[in-house]
Amino acid sequence: LVTTEGLAWTMADSLSEQILKTLAEGKKFNTYEYASELGVDHQLVVGAVKRLTSLEDVIQAKQEQFERWHLLDEGNEIVEKGSHEARVYYAVDITNGTPKSLLLTSSPFAKIGISKALSAGWIKMERISSEDVIMYRKVSSIDDKIQKLLIEVKNGNINALSSDQLKELKKRNLIEKIVINSYMVQPGHEFSTTVSKLKAVLTAEMIQSGTWKSMKFKQCNFDALGTPLNCGHFHPLMKVRSEIRQIFLEMGFEEMPTNNYIESSFWNFDALFQPQQHPARDAHDTFFLKDPELSTQFPLDYLKKVKAVHQTGGYGSIGYCYDWKLEEAQKNILRTHTTAVSARMLYKLGQQEQFTPVKYFSIDRVFRNETLDATHLAEFHQIEGLIADYDLTLGDLMGVLHTFFSKAMGITQLRFKPTYNPYTEPSMEVFSYHEGLKKWVEIGNSGVFRPEMLLPMGLPENVSVIAWGLSLERPTMIKYGLTNIRELVGHKVNLEMVYNNPLCRLDK
Amino acid sequence: MPTINILKDALFEAIGISYTDEEFGELCFDFGIELDEITSEKQIFVREKKEKFDDTSDAVVYKIEVPANRYDLLCMEGLVRSLKVFLRRMAAPQYFVLSSTQRLIIRSETAQVRPFALAAVLRNITFTEASYNNFIDLQDKLHLTVGRKRTLVAIGTHDLDTVEGPFTYEALPPQQIKFKALNQVKEYTGLELMELYSHDSHLKEYLPIIQGKSVYPVIFDRNRVVLSMPPIINGDHSRISLNTKNVFIDITATDLNKAKIALDTLVTMFSQYCDKPFTCECVEIERPDGQVEIQPQLKYREQVVSLQMINQKIGINEPAENIQMFLSRMCFESNLVDEGESVKVTIPPTRADILHPCDIIEDVAIAFGFNNVHKTFPKTCTVGHQLPVNKLSDQIRLEVALLGFTEALTFALCSCDDISSRLRKKMNETSAVQIANPKTSEFQVARTSLLPGLLKTIAANKRMPIPLRIFEVADVVLKDKHTDVGAQNQRRLCAVYYNKTPGFEVIHGLLDRVMQVLNVANDKDFYYIKATEDSTYFTGWCAEVYALGKAIGKLGVIHPEVITAFDLNMPASAVEIDIEQFL
Repeated sequence: LVTTEGLAWTMADSLSEQILKTLAEGKKFNTYEYASELGVDHQLVVGAVKRLTSLEDVIQAKQEQFERWHLLDEGNEIVEKGSHEARVYYAVDITNGTPKSLLLTSSPFAKIGISKALSAGWIKMERISSEDVIMYRKVSSIDDKIQKLLIEVKNGNINALSSDQLKELKKRNLIEKIVINSYMVQPGHEFSTTVSKLKAVLTAEMIQSGTWKSMKFKQCNFDALGTPLNCGHFHPLMKVRSEIRQIFLEMGFEEMPTNNYIESSFWNFDALFQPQQHPARDAHDTFFLKDPELSTQFPLDYLKKVKAVHQTGGYGSIGYCYDWKLEEAQKNILRTHTTAVSARMLYKLGQQEQFTPVKYFSIDRVFRNETLDATHLAEFHQIEGLIADYDLTLGDLMGVLHTFFSKAMGITQLRFKPTYNPYTEPSMEVFSYHEGLKKWVEIGNSGVFRPEMLLPMGLPENVSVIAWGLSLERPTMIKYGLTNIRELVGHKVNLEMVYNNPLCRLDK
Repeated sequence: MPTINILKDALFEAIGISYTDEEFGELCFDFGIELDEITSEKQIFVREKKEKFDDTSDAVVYKIEVPANRYDLLCMEGLVRSLKVFLRRMAAPQYFVLSSTQRLIIRSETAQVRPFALAAVLRNITFTEASYNNFIDLQDKLHLTVGRKRTLVAIGTHDLDTVEGPFTYEALPPQQIKFKALNQVKEYTGLELMELYSHDSHLKEYLPIIQGKSVYPVIFDRNRVVLSMPPIINGDHSRISLNTKNVFIDITATDLNKAKIALDTLVTMFSQYCDKPFTCECVEIERPDGQVEIQPQLKYREQVVSLQMINQKIGINEPAENIQMFLSRMCFESNLVDEGESVKVTIPPTRADILHPCDIIEDVAIAFGFNNVHKTFPKTCTVGHQLPVNKLSDQIRLEVALLGFTEALTFALCSCDDISSRLRKKMNETSAVQIANPKTSEFQVARTSLLPGLLKTIAANKRMPIPLRIFEVADVVLKDKHTDVGAQNQRRLCAVYYNKTPGFEVIHGLLDRVMQVLNVANDKDFYYIKATEDSTYFTGWCAEVYALGKAIGKLGVIHPEVITAFDLNMPASAVEIDIEQFL
């Protein structure tokens, strides 16, 4: 390399080698002192040290800052040639004296030298004419203190000077104070004197030319992070949904068509034997529609049976004994549960010529006109599973819940609490033991669908339907330690959370 | 689920056992009620910001949640009775009706406003301060639950010794009703009372039940003393107190069955304080058609259930005597019938929740202990199956994520503005389903486009490094006359690219790739885009997407006014297509 840049590199390389050699002798040093020892520019030494520190822990360099008194040009000249007054003294002829006019040409500082030498009492003058005066030595020898002091400064023995002397030198513009940024350098854990010859990366050219074979390479910095890549991400809740969906599929369940958010009150409530005065049917809890306001098409035969079972009972039931109104059933709503779809599916099943056992599931949105808080939104995802078969028992429901929850959440400790749902009997709340909270927490609801719901649909009398449901958001929030549901669902989600979200492994 | 507050010490004294909080919690769990919270009267008062809590105590109060259909558990008397029977510390009491001494005559005009009325008398009752408070509380609870905030049923209780039968239940124009209402110092007309109570925090919510009707319901005694103006307020004249010996109960209703439930519940619960416990005096109800009915009847019903069915439905195998024991613990007497194959179960008047044998079977399961039932796995053999539209959605989601886009999950409900003005569209072009009773503007409509949700997601993440690439595969809802409910979901893919430059080519590339993996991109006839105009998009930068011979959506550079309407400040491109076409 012949460019100046290349030359600088070569110089720096040799300096690096020298530094490593010095360190190999077991010395540690300050770069400033080292530079003055070698007689090179401090910045060159700093550059070489920085280059070495970029290698993996070969050397350690700790920044040090200190002040230095530094000779200005005039001060340097004094160190070399003596103080102005001394130079004047020596320029005066020892026997005949010297005219002032001649003295003034002896050095650029002669004028100030003369006045200093006069006030120091080293010389005297005699007027010989109106034009000129003759200067004579007054003493036979002098002590050039200024020069001595400046030599001390130059050698760094700043303590040899009194503060008055420092002030005096500074006042005469001979010295100034500067701040030095330097480094304390010592060998690192991976110290070696040969590192400066290592190559950083393997290149295509090295492979093609084969030069890599004779090269040494520096080791990768494994402490550094990899480069963040541009990638796509799934939403955390959708990841949990996928896993739970997978569990249902593994268990042989068929997915229900829940892609109908708009439902009639008939399928959402009446078909489920939920009476028309039930609080859940209040405007406080349910979103009713302004447009389209009413449903008009119902399977009439079935509708009559539903009406009858509400009003007067049947199928072994006394019914709710009230005046069932079609207008209530017609009211369109945003479905409050996916069980509305279960009702449609079970009705379809009941209309089959021959009953066949089924296992159904769905995970989809439901809507509640509830008061919103940190854990409640107006919409959430409901997970629902059901099995319809001959002679299913409450024990079967518990067994299937055990299997489902151990697959879905790794939960094995389950307890069941009797509860009330309008459309299931028996009804059970599902509790699991929470290791963190050290208590039993409710994780789902379940039950056996009532005969008043199933028999009007045309299902055989000895067919039982066991079912359970839970929200998707709640276990997801617990899994990811979220306390505010808005951090998970909706447009206020923090995309960084989505980016950083781990795989969903429900059994881990 | 309704919640009742019970003093812990009084509760344990009545049951006759002292439990730790944990033990009592377990008992509740097994019985199917829930010990919701352990607190004190004082804390409750402070929380509800009631005044004068100086005289309230620090005594421990249990808040207990009871099932919504168990009206017999809405007071301490009923809860204690059921738990003691459950614990086999007492037998279920027998409720008797004594012959009537009173008559209530219902006038035909009441049909215009509140057609049904019932009554009963609790004779020679002795209240304590605690039981008196419980009596008042139960009326409140019944109003709230079975009465649906007094719309279906309202209860009035009176000191019978201050009035004289027969009583008449009438409906009069409000200005003709004039009486001194409970706790008032002077008489007001019906209209004046409505005005007066419109400022009463407790009563004002009941006023709409009769407000605006031409006649208001009112109950008189033979001397035209007003007992009550249901469902709003009782008269002051007949007010009951701690010292009342004979209580006259009136029930007015729009639902006769619920009225009977409320009356049966009230008298079965509090007749325990009569000198002949668990008895009440019935009242003759004379209907407008002249027929006379005796109420309450405290009817015991009978239900035959086969033992085999009980065992089968639960999944247990218990002999008859155990089943009978389980039944008795739940307050049911039973006899074996059908040569010991079935039990004839007697259902007491307290158990309005029993509609069907399945309700009895559940009670057997509770007494057996849900958690003692052996768990089995159903033998049902079926094949798993994904819903095709969900399977396709998941496959497309994966492909789009592989292109470096991040999935958003936005709300299906939004404001009218989100889908109209902010997208530079008119509401009537949207085919949106509209909600009648939204609590806030965020829930006015079901979304007709996924775009607003994604733009809002970007707006909430403006501090993230650009470019932002996000997408969603989800349902929009559109009105559709051809479905039974008049609306239908449609599964869509929407993706947005947000950067310093619009990046139309990025979105176009995404669409090309999706079409490629859907195998429609190979032939120009199957997939192409064609320039169009859409107010949401920038002029000259919007195209309609055609696939399989149909227009399935649009792509383009978002109009700057849409950008600013969503509080954004950089260009964006988007694509939104219907993916159900590819099923």
